[in-house]
Amino acid sequence: MNVSLLSFRKLSLAAVVAVGLAGVAGCHHRNSMPINTTPDSAPVAGPAPTATLTADPVAIDLGQSVVLNWRTQNATTVTIDGIGNVNLNGTTNASPSTSTNFHLTATGPGGSTEASVRVTVRVPEVPAAPAAGPEDLTSEQLFHQNVQDIFFDYDSSDLRPEAAATITQAAAFLTAHPTAKVVIGGYCDDRGSAEYNLALGETRANSAKSALVAAGVPASRLRVISYGKEKQFCTDETEACWQQNRRAQFSLDR
Amino acid sequence: MQTPHKHVRRSRSLSFCRLLLALATIGLAARAHAQDWVHIESSNGVDRIRVAAAGFKPLSADASTQGYKHLFDNTLYTDLSNAGIFDLVSQSLAPTATPGSPSEMVVAQWAAAPANAAMVAFGSLNVAGSTVVVNGWLYDTKNSVDPKVLGAQYSEPASDESVRQIAHRFADEIILRLGGGLPGIAETHIYYVHSSGGNKEIWEMDYDGQSPHAVTHLGTVSLSPRISPDGNRLAFASLGRDGWNIRIFSMLLGRMVSFPAIGGTNLSPAWASDGRQLAFSSSRTGDPEIYISDSTGGGLRRITSYRGPDVSPVWNPRTNSQIAWISGRTGLPQLYIMDTDGTNVQRMTDGGYATSPSWSPNGQFLAFAWDRKYGPGAPGGQDIYVMEVSTRKWIQLTHDAGRCDFPSWSPDGRHIVFESVSGKNSAIWTMLADGTGRHKLTSSGGDSMPNWSWK
Repeated sequence: MNVSLLSFRKLSLAAVVAVGLAGVAGCHHRNSMPINTTPDSAPVAGPAPTATLTADPVAIDLGQSVVLNWRTQNATTVTIDGIGNVNLNGTTNASPSTSTNFHLTATGPGGSTEASVRVTVRVPEVPAAPAAGPEDLTSEQLFHQNVQDIFFDYDSSDLRPEAAATITQAAAFLTAHPTAKVVIGGYCDDRGSAEYNLALGETRANSAKSALVAAGVPASRLRVISYGKEKQFCTDETEACWQQNRRAQFSLDR
Repeated sequence: MQTPHKHVRRSRSLSFCRLLLALATIGLAARAHAQDWVHIESSNGVDRIRVAAAGFKPLSADASTQGYKHLFDNTLYTDLSNAGIFDLVSQSLAPTATPGSPSEMVVAQWAAAPANAAMVAFGSLNVAGSTVVVNGWLYDTKNSVDPKVLGAQYSEPASDESVRQIAHRFADEIILRLGGGLPGIAETHIYYVHSSGGNKEIWEMDYDGQSPHAVTHLGTVSLSPRISPDGNRLAFASLGRDGWNIRIFSMLLGRMVSFPAIGGTNLSPAWASDGRQLAFSSSRTGDPEIYISDSTGGGLRRITSYRGPDVSPVWNPRTNSQIAWISGRTGLPQLYIMDTDGTNVQRMTDGGYATSPSWSPNGQFLAFAWDRKYGPGAPGGQDIYVMEVSTRKWIQLTHDAGRCDFPSWSPDGRHIVFESVSGKNSAIWTMLADGTGRHKLTSSGGDSMPNWSWK
């Protein structure tokens, strides 16, 4: 191919400019606080709206309520999924019965912006059966009530603060059931590359394993398998769905 | 020498758009000096030769011979066109003559306008019993004394598959002689992952997307196929009850052969170009690291040790003394290179989300997937880039072509095959190494992770 050198020069020059424009996306949200999204700057009629959405607390027991608090700028319409149209800034109480991603969309003349926050709902602890034998573990439900999935932030395999309670509960259950063996599956959302996500899923599952070991569960009872983005629970292109996929999932190793 | 007018015009309009963008962001122009051009030479210094492919003459009039003739003509034309090194005479400008032998060849007819061919390929096709016989020649229209550049005869059991393969072989003979001595790729294969019913098996197809067929039937998820340099062994990663292991399929024996399960999650095998070593990612000690073993899994040694995912190694095929790979040691995955003893680690990308390197056959370039604006809600796309290893200068090859990943160089270094995902639809595409000539090879909607054979 005799591609003109001139064209390459301009191509790569433009590409460098594009890098300069984009900056570097660090994107390590260490907790479940707002995830802002800004759409590509198409021709805009005004500044793009901004939005933040927070929940206090981010983890509740079943039956408790949280306060959702949102602030927007440059928006004319604000909606929260499941609640509907709301004021441009405001607060409200919510009592979700299961762990929920609250998702806010702020629309204005300059486009629309999304924000979301995850509220984890802890299911009441079931009293552990004393001196359980393997026959008692046939109840998958009992296991899953006590050993719950751990969710991760975007491109991170660090445990979130609220995972501590989940780990404590799981470790207590596993200590009370010393014959139970566990497979920890590492999962990623479906963005990014399949090979890299398998390695990332491995580090997520290992984070959960390390936390259980630190809480007293023998490593010999824990096995890690990464599924990367190969086995997705949810296939929508939404943050709520991606969050469901970014997790370490525990199951009985039979 | 004829100029590829159409191509030049396209490049200009492309760069004009980029220039507008650059002007609009003039405040950043100073940074642009850091990035000069990278020139990927697809032609290896040979100017584009204007080549005509005459329709081959059927020596019998029956329907099957006619069918083979059209299949042959189409395959040969497509192969010469795909090569990316010819200025191919379009079929509407070529003489309608179908010279079946040198005695029927009137060279002046092809040298004259509007064909203006410098070279012409022609010949005949015949079906005798159950055998198809093809005679092909390549003539230099500027050499009236001894115009024959190539003459070849092929004889195979008659079938569509044979006719296609004969056309590929004849095309590669032409490309070898006119393409600066580099073998053509018309006889090469592409290995890839085909998804169906929740399972992923390894499939194989011809370089042009023809004859797709399953290689493995394991009933699980298998990923990252990498064919050995001699084409005899196919390495990949497969999900079993105990997690991911490197598996090897023998193309000679037509079955799986043993490779040790070493524990942990084992991913992304890569052959050294001598076929004697494999690099891959393993978490056998807890954290995914890069390991090297011999081709049967022995002599295992670890060459990275840093917290965070290390995956997708590829060898510098020129030297086998360097490895490029992807590491998440600083957060988002970045492209790195190191020596095969783990020293001389150099980070190649300066940000974004970089994955899936492929090292060019001449050792000079790395192709990889890069999302330079990666982040929650960021609008950026994941595209294929090529970086010159010595200067770290890069060019972007795909634009708005879906989410692109898993580039793999053709053995002649002139082409790159890759995966593109749009919505839930994943397909395999090929293009020239400068990003032009892009076309789709698969249509099932579930094809991914292509790997180009070495020959």
